[in-house]
Amino acid sequence: MSAHEAMDAPRLKVPDRALSRARMKVNRAAWAARYYRNFSRPAVLRIAEAIARAGEEKAAHFAEMAVEETGFGVVEHKAIKNRACTHELLDFYRDLDLVTPRVDPARKMVELPKPAGVVFAIAPATNPVATVYYKAMLAVLSRNAIVMSPHPAARHVSVAAAEHLARAAEAAGAPSGLIQCVEEPSIPLVQDIMASDRINVIIATGGTAMVRAAYSSGNPALGVGPGNALAYVDPSAKVDAAARCLVESKSFDNSILCTNESVCLTLESNRGNMERALRSAGAHICKQADTDRLRDYLFTDHGFNVAAIGKSAAWIAERAGIRVSPSVKVLVPVVEKPGQDDLLFREKLCPVLTLTAAVDFRQALTFAKHTARRGAGHSAAFHGQDRARLLAFSQEMPVYRVVVNVPCSQGAAGFGTYLPPSFTIGTGFAGRSSVGENVGPQHLVHWTRIAYARDAAEDLSDLDPAAIATVTDAGAPVPTGILPEEAPPVPAAAAERPEISRELLRQLILEELRSLRRGDE
Amino acid sequence: MFNYGYFSFASKADLLKKAAEFWNPGKVQFWTEAGTPMVIDRREGYFLYDMSGKRLIDLHLNGGTYNFGHRHPELVEVMKAGLDYFDMGNHWFPSVARAAFSEKLVKSAPHMKYAIFGAGGAEAVEIALKTARYATKRRKIVSIIKGYHGHSGLSVATGDERFSKIFLADRPDEFVHVPFNDADALEAVLKKGDVAAFIVETIPATYGFPMPKEGYLKTCQDLCHKYGARFIADEVQTGLMRTGVMWGWQGYGLTPDIFVCGKGLGGGLYPISACLTTAECGGWLIEDGAAHISTSGGAELGCLIGHHVMEMLERPEVISNVHFVAEFFAKGMAEMMARHSDIFVGVRQRGVVLGLEFDHPEGAVAVSRALYENGVWAIFSSLDKRVLQFKPGVVLDVDLCQEILDRFDAAMPRARQLLKGMRRAA
Repeated sequence: MSAHEAMDAPRLKVPDRALSRARMKVNRAAWAARYYRNFSRPAVLRIAEAIARAGEEKAAHFAEMAVEETGFGVVEHKAIKNRACTHELLDFYRDLDLVTPRVDPARKMVELPKPAGVVFAIAPATNPVATVYYKAMLAVLSRNAIVMSPHPAARHVSVAAAEHLARAAEAAGAPSGLIQCVEEPSIPLVQDIMASDRINVIIATGGTAMVRAAYSSGNPALGVGPGNALAYVDPSAKVDAAARCLVESKSFDNSILCTNESVCLTLESNRGNMERALRSAGAHICKQADTDRLRDYLFTDHGFNVAAIGKSAAWIAERAGIRVSPSVKVLVPVVEKPGQDDLLFREKLCPVLTLTAAVDFRQALTFAKHTARRGAGHSAAFHGQDRARLLAFSQEMPVYRVVVNVPCSQGAAGFGTYLPPSFTIGTGFAGRSSVGENVGPQHLVHWTRIAYARDAAEDLSDLDPAAIATVTDAGAPVPTGILPEEAPPVPAAAAERPEISRELLRQLILEELRSLRRGDE
Repeated sequence: MFNYGYFSFASKADLLKKAAEFWNPGKVQFWTEAGTPMVIDRREGYFLYDMSGKRLIDLHLNGGTYNFGHRHPELVEVMKAGLDYFDMGNHWFPSVARAAFSEKLVKSAPHMKYAIFGAGGAEAVEIALKTARYATKRRKIVSIIKGYHGHSGLSVATGDERFSKIFLADRPDEFVHVPFNDADALEAVLKKGDVAAFIVETIPATYGFPMPKEGYLKTCQDLCHKYGARFIADEVQTGLMRTGVMWGWQGYGLTPDIFVCGKGLGGGLYPISACLTTAECGGWLIEDGAAHISTSGGAELGCLIGHHVMEMLERPEVISNVHFVAEFFAKGMAEMMARHSDIFVGVRQRGVVLGLEFDHPEGAVAVSRALYENGVWAIFSSLDKRVLQFKPGVVLDVDLCQEILDRFDAAMPRARQLLKGMRRAA
């Protein structure tokens, strides 16, 4: 028996078909973008409504699929997040007109919107469907075409969600190819497409390595880094309300959002109160031995234990060897002194919230700043009524969002606050990113500004923006490149659905987590 | 100095001189006089580079040979992988690449039973005609006037006399020509009951892509069957997604008894062609499988590349791209015709097969030259020089399509000037 037979490996080298197909997807997207950039505002809103409606219809279905495929999170919570990226997201941006030219007679300027073209978006495994919904909506509202590359661990559900939205968009008049998703993502594929001169902008949400690669690609990128949110509970806070916020936030989707609190910091004088309040809100406060068990379980020699990502508190407690009530929502290890070296102060995408206390506000600020460096530019929460301290805290913290008296998971991502709803949380200069806001459709459009001399005698007040829009509409946007009626042939590779082995999956997640640590240190 | 390692030329002029001396003086002279003296040096994607360094966008594609562009990286990868394992193979024996490729082809046309391979389109036509004669035990072959099916023994006899008479290869007793788009004329010949087959290009390329009239091809096919003849579709230029579907006949609701394909089947890298036949016509493959043999027909390297070409053409992204390109030029050429209606008088199009009509008996020769000067290479139709063959590739991207249109627009004043000169000379 030859070596080939023994291994059943192909006798010939074969090209990377997935890469080839991804490149053609980018080509299709460029066609779609060419026509879509001239769509009128009513046409854009019609397509946005269509994908919002389609997304909502299957929000629960895809939530279930996502948890089944990735093993992360809670179905009901994922359904909430998915839904939040449909009508709620659209409503938030409905009045932000990125289509109609703007005329400013006072400043003698006219501004014409120019969409980026082809957006290449990288989505994480943690919030696969919500991210697909959210990024597709951003692209549609900004008149861009989008090609998404899902995390390999969430590719089936991501592809299904993207195809579902694409069908709805096309039915509403969008050009074919406006919303696409790579079926078989891989690191070489993502690197190749990111560096391609056929794409116009990258939105990278994911591990540090991926985000850095996006910035190194030579293409414009909107990359965001990991978080490690700290919640400071000031003695001026209503502890019971604060504790309820924290427990609600940490148990939401089993803490899979990067905006979830990692550390709860209060003052010594307040610690007893906080423990009691957390306990009555449904948290389990760990004694020293349980804290040690939890630390040992969560942080292995290879870094964070990926098995714990997005799992429930009870599940983790059982694995860590801690006896808890089955109804426990959050595990709270207690580190009495806020030193920097305790592993439990690192990001934990699971319902484990480390409680610590400082001797005074000054020490609290110092500790908070250092903690936020492992997740720089991201988010923090402040609980309390003392506005002077709130401002001092926000001024000192290297983060671009401080939410007040609300659950940080949801609040920093724009749910329940007036921050823009987002699954791409700009980590700004502090987090080595080009954008410090919650990324929205406005980030995918640049404007051509027509400027007259300040003292020019021009009167622009009679310039009708709608008339300008009509000029650009003359390109007669027609949906084109429609795929054949029958379902496209399923390539053999996809039909067989070669499951990613558990080992490979573990490697991928480990890689992401390792890079996350490297980024911190 | 053009040093290619294996041979070298001092200049383009030196090359032209040697080519005329040792290769083909007629062709060298023709292109020089036509004002398009191209000698292709580098080639990549849809770009050709003349020895002078001039870049040309290829809209000739050698009739679709470069459907995927020149040296498509994925096909080059397949070719190189093939060279690490295969060679041409031995045509006498069953082979893995031939079996896999014939299965792939037959599955793309489910009413077919066998695929028989050749090295070029003419060889596939040769096989098709012999197969039809075997099936009917009749000798006569009907084709259209100004049809074109290749230059070998039987195939050249089906075509225009320009290519047969010079070699005394015309055979008027066995090969009958009828006008295109005239089913009655075909029926008049078929009625005699001695016709083996009617062979027709689904859209006659060398004739300038005149479009078959509504129902014409189906009527021809039905008439063939009525009178016991076989219907052969020549898909050399219309196959492989070029009309928007894999095979041109699919778009006309036909089920040919035999069809042939070539050109782009080898990805522009390795010559291969195929003749597909129904079980009924292909009986000779059972009776005497070695009745037709070909050392280089169905070479395994060609089969490997052909197999992958088919796979690439079946990808939904590629199919969608073909439609985008087709629609872009449908709209773009309509605009161009409106802008240049004094000389540009008609567009014939199906998918990415286009024939552009100009208002002068040799109009397309002038336009070809004007386009050449503007960086686009598209060839006139040999048998109708009013018509420019305009053949975009299946994976062209939006930017290049726009550039092609912009260059076309820019070339029209020059074309107008050239045509004026031709009219004056006439």
